[in-house]
Amino acid sequence: MLDTDFFRRWMTAAAASVEREANDLTELDSAIGDADHGSNLQRGFSAVTEVLEKDAPATPGAVLTLAGRQLISTVGGASGPLYGTLLRRTGKALGDDDEVTQTQFAQAFAAGVAAVGQLGGAQAGDKTMLDALLPAAEALATSFEGAAEAARAGAVATVPMQARKGRASYLGERSIGHQDPGATSAALLVEALAATATATDGVDA
Amino acid sequence: MKMLINVPETVVADALRGIAAAHPELTVDVENRVVARRDAPVAGKVGLVSGGGSGHEPLHAGFVGPGMLSAACPGEVFTSPVPDQMVRAAAAVDSGAGVLFVVKNYTGDVLNFEMAAELAEDEGVQVAQVVVDDDVAVSDSTFTAGRRGTGATLFVEKIAGALADEGAPLDRVAAVARQVNGASRSFGVALGAVTTPAKGSPTFDLPAGELELGIGIHGEPGRERRPMMTSGEIADFAVNAILEDLRPTGPVLALVNGMGATPLLELYGFNAEVHRVLSQRGVPVARTLVGNYVTSLDMAGCSVTLCQVDEELLRLWDAPVRTAALRWGC
Repeated sequence: MLDTDFFRRWMTAAAASVEREANDLTELDSAIGDADHGSNLQRGFSAVTEVLEKDAPATPGAVLTLAGRQLISTVGGASGPLYGTLLRRTGKALGDDDEVTQTQFAQAFAAGVAAVGQLGGAQAGDKTMLDALLPAAEALATSFEGAAEAARAGAVATVPMQARKGRASYLGERSIGHQDPGATSAALLVEALAATATATDGVDA
Repeated sequence: MKMLINVPETVVADALRGIAAAHPELTVDVENRVVARRDAPVAGKVGLVSGGGSGHEPLHAGFVGPGMLSAACPGEVFTSPVPDQMVRAAAAVDSGAGVLFVVKNYTGDVLNFEMAAELAEDEGVQVAQVVVDDDVAVSDSTFTAGRRGTGATLFVEKIAGALADEGAPLDRVAAVARQVNGASRSFGVALGAVTTPAKGSPTFDLPAGELELGIGIHGEPGRERRPMMTSGEIADFAVNAILEDLRPTGPVLALVNGMGATPLLELYGFNAEVHRVLSQRGVPVARTLVGNYVTSLDMAGCSVTLCQVDEELLRLWDAPVRTAALRWGC
């Protein structure tokens, strides 16, 4: 079972990971975007850890809903509403239970990813965060480690793609040959999830 | 890269404190990042709220005042504002006549304004939106995020602002704002890259002797790179790209806009070339505005925006305006 603390630790791990990789994310973003992805997510996730500490939400669903709302309120850009929606919708799908099963969470996460697709209007292959999130959601039904691997592979697979959504799409063919910063940060988020599972007794990563 | 800043993290807040110090006629909420007319809400008047990433000054805060915007919501540098800002701005300027959001067509801006519109309506504010997408350098297809909003934003904010000041209802202000956007096209070029405070080094590498054609206003590279051209050649390229798409059948407003690091001396020279091309193509110019209005931090370069106008739009363009960056007739 996954408890409230598990989700809080996932958000803390994600914040640390974004903090560590911020410069690399910004570097990727300057190739095909506008050089702010790292700093924007850094601001957002540090606000998330702050509010989780302050408000101490009591259920897994409440942790993710609050984290998502905080990202929407602090990140801006496209990544704010998109990551915010991912966590908020996942949290809402978890309901009010004190603990959730891995299967429940995998289903909720898939609902969150679907909401991201709906909001941004993107599909697999458009060179966006969905290219990491969709395979991760699928693999999450089996294992956390598998989801992390699928997300990583999905991010790398964006390199030869031509962007069809977001700011990188303005570049047309010039967007080919660069890894998508959004897919890269999405992989970080899923990797943080797998690392949290590995560090948790009684959870099969 | 040397910059006139304290630390990158506070550039937006620092600038807002500076705007507050320079413009007592505005209320500047530094913490929540809303710049509004001090006299808002004006009874019976539709509110006009815009916003977007910082780094394009004077857009948008420089256009807050009688005859133009009611409030502006500056985001982080090149990052759209968050919904909370627009909700707060809408509540501050709504007189009960409703609020028009002027949104530049970037994925982030569109998503955040959409969320804000929903939240504001939950709070009882009637909201309409106009999405500005005038940049002909981006092909408008399902394979891109659509055309970017650039120079036409100024035309939309000025003309819709004038109409709102006359007491027109929300649906009429929104319709005219959309009409202005539909009648406007832009094209921009960069002679140098842009440096954001967060990154501290240029966002792309533009060798001496080359220029980027079809750039946006966020340091994103353009569609095409060519050997450096003269001012006249650039005017030919930019104006022709616009006219191919706009095909005006009457007079136009012309905005010859600097991207931030190009001297006015060069901009005026470029304006002469823009007028030459328009005259050769038989397009009469009703009014011209030359200056740095929709900028991209320290980018060298320029953009041209043309808007076809009828008598009514021209009358609204000429109406009095009193803002930090645009003021006439009062």
